[in-house]
Amino acid sequence: MTEKFDAIVVGAGPSGNAAAYTMAKAGLKVLQIERGEYPGSKNVQGAILYADALEKIIPDFREDAPLERHIIEQRLWMLDDQSYMGTHYRSDKFNEERPNRYTIIRAQIDKWFSKKVKEAGALVICETTVTDLLKDAAGKVIGVRTDRENGDIFADVVVLCDGVNSLLAQRAGFRAELKPEHVALAVKEMHFLPRDVIDERFNVKGEEGVVIEIAGTVTSGMVGTAFIYTNGESLAVGIGCLVSDFKKTGETPYALLERFKNHPSIAPLLKGSEVKEYAAHLIPEGGYKAIPKVYGDGWMICGDAGQFVNALHREGSNMAMTTGRLAAETVMALKEAGKPMTDANLAAYRRSLEESFVIKDLKKYKDLPEFLHKNTQFFSDYPNLLSKAAETWFRVDGIDKKTKEGQMVRGFVKARGWRGLLGDAVKLARAWR
Amino acid sequence: MTVQIKVEDKLYQNRYRVDEGRPHIAIKDAAKCQSCTDKACTTACPAACYAAEDGGVTATFDGCLECGTCRVICQENSNIDWFYPRGGYGILYKFG
Repeated sequence: MTEKFDAIVVGAGPSGNAAAYTMAKAGLKVLQIERGEYPGSKNVQGAILYADALEKIIPDFREDAPLERHIIEQRLWMLDDQSYMGTHYRSDKFNEERPNRYTIIRAQIDKWFSKKVKEAGALVICETTVTDLLKDAAGKVIGVRTDRENGDIFADVVVLCDGVNSLLAQRAGFRAELKPEHVALAVKEMHFLPRDVIDERFNVKGEEGVVIEIAGTVTSGMVGTAFIYTNGESLAVGIGCLVSDFKKTGETPYALLERFKNHPSIAPLLKGSEVKEYAAHLIPEGGYKAIPKVYGDGWMICGDAGQFVNALHREGSNMAMTTGRLAAETVMALKEAGKPMTDANLAAYRRSLEESFVIKDLKKYKDLPEFLHKNTQFFSDYPNLLSKAAETWFRVDGIDKKTKEGQMVRGFVKARGWRGLLGDAVKLARAWR
Repeated sequence: MTVQIKVEDKLYQNRYRVDEGRPHIAIKDAAKCQSCTDKACTTACPAACYAAEDGGVTATFDGCLECGTCRVICQENSNIDWFYPRGGYGILYKFG
C-alpha cells in the first residue's frame, strides 16, 4: 500500500472510534487499524456509557446504538465481611427522554460505533497489529508498520488510541512504562439472568437500570473497588485493585472475585446466573500526574493510552471519546489552515484538553491517587469501623444509647487515635479539593 | 473463608484463537526468575499463565487475557518480553 492518508488511527475503542469518525465525517482520508478480529474483541469495560460525550459526536446515537438499560439508581456500598452499609440515589428524573447514563456491553457498542466510522468514510482494517511507528530522519512520525506483508503505511499524523498498555507510545519513547501503583487490574464476569429476575432483584422495570459501586474489605485491604451493573439480561460483576497492591499482598484476582461473589450481601443478587465470560483489563488510575505528553511531531495520544481516567468517578470511556474528538478537531483545524502536523501546531490539542472537563477534573483530583495509595486504612479499617458502629446503633439489646455512643466513638479512637482520625479527615479533604 | 477456584473453569467460558507455536509473551531469562523472591506474576496474572515450579517460573500463554499485568508487575526485573498477538489472534471477547 503506497497511498498516503491524512490520518492513521491505531485502535478501535472509544477514543479511536471517536477520532476516526470525527475526521472521516469532515472529509479527511482516514485509516483505522484494529488488532482484534472485530472492533471490541480486545476491549473490556464495566460498562457505563456517558451519553454526553457520545452525543457530542453522534447526536442521535440513541436511535440505533445497542444500549442495555438507562441508569435510574446509583448505589454506593461499603462492605465488611458480613454486612454492607450504603447510600442509594434513585430518581424518576433519570427516566427522561434523553437519559444521561446507560449500561452497555462493550463489544457490541464498539461494533456499532465502528459501523458508523465506516459509514462516515474511514477505511477500517481489523486483524492487523501495528508493531511500530515509522519516523523520518528528523524523528517526525510519518506512518506505521503493521504485521501484514508490505505493512508500512504513511500518513500526515498518527493518532494513538491503542489503550492502556500503548506499547507503541512506549517503544517510541513517548511514554514511560506504567507504574504498578498507577494501574488497577480489574477482573469481570458476565452473569446472565432472565430480564424479569433482574427487574425484581434490583427493583426496576422496563429499560431502567441500577449501578452498584462497592468498596470495603472485599479488596482485602488493597486500594480498589468492586461493582455490579445491570444490563438487559445480564449483570456485569467485577473487582479491581492496584497492581502494586496485588504485588504486595500476593492475592490472586480470581480468588478476590470469588470472595466478592460469595459475600452474603452479593450472592443473592447473582443466584442462579449463568456465567458466559471472564475478562481482565488494566485501568490507568494515576490521574493527572501520570498523563504523559500527548502530542509531538506527527503524533497524538488519546484515551487510556494517555491515562485519561477519573478513577474516583468511574469515568474513562467518556474521556476517551472526548480526547479522541478533540484530537480529531485539532487535526481538522490544521488541515483547514494548511498547516503541518508539527509538535508546535499539535500543541493546540493539549490546550483544548485543558479547556475541557477532562483536564479540569483530573487536575481537581491530582493528589487523590497518591493519597489512596498511601492510606489504605480507607479500604480496611474504616469499612470495619463503620459497620461495627452501625451494628451497635441498630441492635436493640437493653444497652442505653449513651453507652452505645461511647462504644462507637471508642471503636474509632482505638483503631485510629484522635490524631489519626483528625489527620485522615484533613488529608481526605485536601486530596478531594 | 477460603474459596477454592479453578481459573481454568473461568477461562473455559472465553473464546480464543490461539496462534499455535507463536506465543506473544516470553520470559527473557529463566535464571532471573530463580532469584526473584515474590514471583508476583504467578499470583497476579488473572489467567494464571505463570506457575512457580522448582524454584523458577513456568508459563503457558494460551489463556492470556492480554491485560499487561505481568509486564507491569515484573518491572524491577524487567524479565518479561510482552507484545500483542498477531492481528486476529488471542482473546476474542464476546462481551468485553
